[in-house]
Amino acid sequence: MNNLAARHRAEQRFRLYGILAILGALAALTFLIGTIVVGGIDAFRKTVVALDIALPAVTSQNRDSVDFEGMAKMALRELVPPAPSREQQRKLNALLSTAAGDDVAARATGEPHRARVWVRASSSLDQYIKGNEAGRLDPAQRDAVTLLQKQGRIATRFNTEFFTEGDSRSPEQAGILSALVGSLYAVGIAMVLSLPLGICAAIYLEEFARRGRVTDFLEVNINNLAAIPSILYGLLGLAVFLNFFGLPRSSPLVGGLVLALMTLPAVIVTTRASLRTVPPSIREAAYGIGASRWQVVLHHVLPLSVPGIMTGAILGMARALGETAPLLLIGMVAFIADVPRGPLSPSTALPIQVYLWANAAERGFAELSSACIMVLLLVMLVLNAAAILIRKRFERQW
Amino acid sequence: MTGLYTALALIAMILLLYFSARQRARGLPGRLHSQPTYHGILIASLALLAGLCGLGAARIVALPQAGLLVCALAASGLTGLLLRRRISPVFPARPYVEMGLSLLTGLAASLAILITLGIVFSLIFESLRFFHFVGIGDFLLGLHWSPQIAIRADQVASSGAFGAVPVFLGTLVVTLVALAIAVPSGLLAAVYLANYAGERTRAIVKPAIEILAGIPTVVYGFFAAIVVGPRLHEIGEMLGIAISNESALAAGGVMGIMIIPFVSSLSDDVMRAVPRGLREGSLALGATLSETIRRVVIPAALPGIAGGILLATSRAIGETMIVVMAAGLAAHLTLNPLSATTTVTVQIVTLLTGDQEFDSPKTLVAFALGLTLFVLTLLLNIGAQAVVARYRERYE
Repeated sequence: MNNLAARHRAEQRFRLYGILAILGALAALTFLIGTIVVGGIDAFRKTVVALDIALPAVTSQNRDSVDFEGMAKMALRELVPPAPSREQQRKLNALLSTAAGDDVAARATGEPHRARVWVRASSSLDQYIKGNEAGRLDPAQRDAVTLLQKQGRIATRFNTEFFTEGDSRSPEQAGILSALVGSLYAVGIAMVLSLPLGICAAIYLEEFARRGRVTDFLEVNINNLAAIPSILYGLLGLAVFLNFFGLPRSSPLVGGLVLALMTLPAVIVTTRASLRTVPPSIREAAYGIGASRWQVVLHHVLPLSVPGIMTGAILGMARALGETAPLLLIGMVAFIADVPRGPLSPSTALPIQVYLWANAAERGFAELSSACIMVLLLVMLVLNAAAILIRKRFERQW
Repeated sequence: MTGLYTALALIAMILLLYFSARQRARGLPGRLHSQPTYHGILIASLALLAGLCGLGAARIVALPQAGLLVCALAASGLTGLLLRRRISPVFPARPYVEMGLSLLTGLAASLAILITLGIVFSLIFESLRFFHFVGIGDFLLGLHWSPQIAIRADQVASSGAFGAVPVFLGTLVVTLVALAIAVPSGLLAAVYLANYAGERTRAIVKPAIEILAGIPTVVYGFFAAIVVGPRLHEIGEMLGIAISNESALAAGGVMGIMIIPFVSSLSDDVMRAVPRGLREGSLALGATLSETIRRVVIPAALPGIAGGILLATSRAIGETMIVVMAAGLAAHLTLNPLSATTTVTVQIVTLLTGDQEFDSPKTLVAFALGLTLFVLTLLLNIGAQAVVARYRERYE
């Protein structure tokens, strides 16, 4: 053995490597979440421009025929020095969102009146105000913006549209509502199917099946199903649900079916684990007073393992919510602007929306993608916290 | 909409039958064999079965919507009323109900086998159709991959080349990069957690690391594609090395971070399961803790650690979103982690999103790739389970 001091130094070094590995992993986690929060927080704010507009009297009959967008453009033109060319004029108009007309229309009533209307800015102006990609505005546009800022006509507001709109071709009008509803349908269907089936299967395997070749095979089978890549469930869904049964492509129904099959093994495994924690004394006491096997299970074992099953179910739900790959294969990846009206209409899901926006070229969409991730992570955080809470609150030490 | 009304009417009928049967059983004189509830459940479920049969029969003879409703209600109602008259104190309703429950749960359990069969058969069936166009040898050993573009107009599969070796190679490179990150850091973290950390540190750090495996993969994909890929590209430009925006290094590196918990959690568990006697024997002979860990604990726990690494590998091979977003599409026959790569999962997604024609090899090849992926991950998972099970037997 070489000298003791060197061995102790080696000991210290070894320990340090361990700490460094842990710190490295945690730093990566922090950096990942930090990057996403920094990149996405801006999407919750939108830039608005104040315009003074003489609003005409509007009734439900003539509402569609009024050119509110033109009014917004005219109002903007009055505020800045006249543009020398049509080209310049178009660039000036490009400061306003194409949805600016909707903001004007929202203020119009049956009486004609003059009002200061805050309308949505276009994505390029929005990004300029937020300090990203400043070069996207040309000098004339920037002069106009500076002028508007001096008059106090530019402000930022909370971006409610992010939660109330579907996808859109322009970042400032895009929101997550359609994806959120799609996700709710798909995950809801998945849970409604996989929970009862999974619990039944677990009860059978844990309480009734005789140990033997068949049960061993089932066991290996379920463990493998829990570990195979999720994309294979997508291939299954494509081949069986879409091509064989002819269910509608891109629908949350098929998405839910695929996610149900995917979460089923996990539900079975966690349910079995929590059935197993119920001590034999409970069962024996119930048998002792003459209960049948099913009465023991339904009246005693199952109620006692509900917290464990709930925890597993919530964790399975969180996993189904974040799953993307199988949904890509069954076509839940498309531009969906409308909120899906039912489980059969085409839709996307939250993680798919992240994927779609991450692939879009404009800076505004990357911001939305990060914001969508923040919403997704928040929901998962809440779900996981609920699972931990249930476990802590109801866990019994026998 | 009529479908909904039929369902509601059927449910109402079943509930009605349940309550009326229970009521009748309650009114019976003398000791009952089974409690009234069981009589109710038995009759209600048999009536439901009859109702569904009636519905099916009406569908087969193609009655109009109203006919379906009438048929279902009549079948369930008649069955219910007939059975209701059979209720008697000696009728053993409970054993029948329990038999039904056993049957039902048994069916649910065999669903797991059905899913596996579904996956296996859908993969094999479509793959066979693909191998009808392209030979299995050409697929597994071919060196040229370009499924979208035809090389010659008159070639057999006339839409491209289907030699999957470059794709397999890309998967291998990405997986190796991921393991190069995950194995050392996961193992060292596990060593610290299992041997040095106090209970309180462990209680905080272990779940914190496990968060890494719970984050949706699309988030990692976004991170790899928007942050890591471009940064690596810039760093490469500064150093004068060509690093592609879609390099295996970016995708594999981020994937490595994701699978750290797969290595660390299982390794931590098995290292803690190494018997105290082994550890204390080594310490008593004068070895330092780190020497004990390296010479005694790790060798003793090696099968478990290997199991964890195998699981992590299977996870890395099957991982989809990170590579779809951060790796490229073009397959090159290279082992260089700095150049653009593609993987099996990327190809499956690319070939199957968008418009599909299900009789072209271009679409079917995705199922052949899926079959390869299935076989590979299955072998890895079974291997991992076997190794861990053997280890558990040895020490428990």
